[in-house]
Amino acid sequence: MVDTKTKTLGEILRHSGVSRRGFLKFCTATASMMALPPGMVPAIAAALDKARRPSVIWLSFQECTGCTESLTRSHSPSLENLIFDHISLDYHHTLQVASGDAAEAAREEAMHANAGSYLVVVDGSIPLGNPGYSTTAGFSNLQILEETAAGAAAVIAVGTCAAFGGLPKADPNPTGAVSVRDIVTDKPVINVSGCPPIPVVITGVLAHYLTFGTLPELDQYGRPKAFYGTSIHDRCYRRPFYDKGLFASTFDDEGARSGWCLYKLGCKGPMTYNACATAKWNEGTSWPVESGHGCLGCSQPDFWDAGGFYNALSIPVGELSRTVSYATAAGLGLGAVAAGINHRSKVEANRRHGEVTVDDLEKTS
Amino acid sequence: MNESMDFLLWTRGTAFDVSVAIFIVGMLIRLFEIVSLGRGRDLAAPRGTEFLPGIRTILSRTLPYGGTFKRQPLTVIAGYLFHIGLLVSLLLFIPHIELFRETFGFGWPGLPNPIVDAAAVLGITGLLAALWNRLTNPVMKMLSDSEDYLVWILTFLPLLTGYLAYHRMINPYPLAMGLHILSIELLLVLFPFTKLMHTFTLFLARWYNGAMSGRRGVES
Amino acid sequence: MNALNTTPVPIEKFTAVEHRFGNTLPLLHEISHALHRLQVEGTVTTLDLNAVPFGPGDERQLVDFLGRGEVSAKLEAMGDSHIRESRYSGVWIVEHWNTSGERVAFQIEITKLPALLEAQQEDIAESLLMLQAALENARNGASV
Repeated sequence: MVDTKTKTLGEILRHSGVSRRGFLKFCTATASMMALPPGMVPAIAAALDKARRPSVIWLSFQECTGCTESLTRSHSPSLENLIFDHISLDYHHTLQVASGDAAEAAREEAMHANAGSYLVVVDGSIPLGNPGYSTTAGFSNLQILEETAAGAAAVIAVGTCAAFGGLPKADPNPTGAVSVRDIVTDKPVINVSGCPPIPVVITGVLAHYLTFGTLPELDQYGRPKAFYGTSIHDRCYRRPFYDKGLFASTFDDEGARSGWCLYKLGCKGPMTYNACATAKWNEGTSWPVESGHGCLGCSQPDFWDAGGFYNALSIPVGELSRTVSYATAAGLGLGAVAAGINHRSKVEANRRHGEVTVDDLEKTS
Repeated sequence: MNESMDFLLWTRGTAFDVSVAIFIVGMLIRLFEIVSLGRGRDLAAPRGTEFLPGIRTILSRTLPYGGTFKRQPLTVIAGYLFHIGLLVSLLLFIPHIELFRETFGFGWPGLPNPIVDAAAVLGITGLLAALWNRLTNPVMKMLSDSEDYLVWILTFLPLLTGYLAYHRMINPYPLAMGLHILSIELLLVLFPFTKLMHTFTLFLARWYNGAMSGRRGVES
Repeated sequence: MNALNTTPVPIEKFTAVEHRFGNTLPLLHEISHALHRLQVEGTVTTLDLNAVPFGPGDERQLVDFLGRGEVSAKLEAMGDSHIRESRYSGVWIVEHWNTSGERVAFQIEITKLPALLEAQQEDIAESLLMLQAALENARNGASV
């Protein structure tokens, strides 16, 4: 058994009988997964050859475990396995829940042994309203996050809840939920948003750290540009239909059957930045738009509050018809008042109206 | 950190409701006032009818007088370019139609985006030409006051931000879209209280002109 | 579970409509430019097709268009890999599968010979050691 704690990835793979060709193939797939150009493969090979395993602590707060499901059911298990065999997932709230105190001890040990160099992965938002809303082993989410993040090299916020507050933060935000970035301000925080995030995006970010020992370039929302640099709309294969003005108006009309643009059916693709159009879902089978349903915008902050999922993006969030009706009623009422005032002045003017004769004019002049 | 999405949600939410309410209330008060005021009673005996000449004038004044065109060709050309560009972009762009459908419960067919895009470019060009004319023509310059420039900006911003948002020239997109919506909200709020009111009052004014001339039996 | 299998459930047949979504043509132009660079400067180009937003049918159209050429190779290293020349010599279609039979990479390489087909320096060194060891064993009386 090779000691995975001290050996590099290249050594481990060669020890388990993987040829150089196999390794290069792995690097090619990794480059593809990290959305890096194929020209980077030699650099990735060189880096992975020397890569050492980082320790990872996974914390789950106010979440639904969808992100963990997404990751553990990701579609290229051997690739992910290699990554995960090679990172040391020392602690995972949900997966180790049965271990009780032993799991907490493992977390503390990992924190001490790898102080300053371990990665913290967080899924779920942190409630500030009352610490009792969400606890693990008797500690509030806030306490655990602050304590664990203190010695971390970086924090990866997986899922829209951890990245932006997500569903728990949706109006009226009963738990006072906040994102990881609202708490951790002195460490690099990488947001891997999505509800759930695309599995290869999660592993892609881990692979990037594993490969280069650095964090990827981030966008204005703290998300890796390689995956979130382009909007769904810009990479959508149905974009030509948007440009031609060909839209599906219902989910079963001719336009829907012909694969036309889903803008009218509420697709939030234009405002949403994610890699679904290329990374796809379910073993590369398809993705929401390809399966005939518009994008919900799940990788954007506050997407729950961004209006009806089936309303076109151009439609305001509020109840416009109600506003229009109330305003019309108010306008008509006030208009009637104005009309009343005008009417009175008119009556007054008419009352003063009298016939003028030449004699009258001569009198006054 | 989430500013641009928060901004977009605010422009699509609270700000939109408030500005639409101000627009509708302001518009109705002003139109009600004008209509209810009516015209003074004409005591002279009528020499013709009011209805047809009224309608005719509403339509006929859509076309420019030859004389105006000869003296101020730029005013006429820029004016038409801009108005056609604006109306096509506003009324025939499919995302806009979806907004009207949501508001009024009905919609109408739109145009393919490249055509609307071209119309928006015409509109922007027309507005820029109109501004240049206003600044360089001595008569126009003398006639213009600060409200004219305010109204120009209010009209120009939605076209410009819409063009930038459609071509995704501002990043991130939620910011571009938010700016576009905000510019329209600004327009809606100030609309009832500026000469932008001409969009609706022009029909009343033309009607009165036509009807009065018709009653007197003269051409309008 | 058996009851479930015998319960008649009508399944609507639906296949995504294949259109010419227009993603293949620009790609073919890119391949053509890359082939020109290979001819004139000897530059190797690799296109990662996982990064191209294909619609239903786009990939099949591309592969059909490229067709099959003279060379076809299968690599067995951490899952299968298929490397084949298209009908346009110098344009190779490379597909990598993992050990669970899922495709992890799909690329077009514009090169004289895809680098992965060559024996790798590290593997050569290792196999030399193995060969020498085997010969050593043979000299010591073991049957070859």
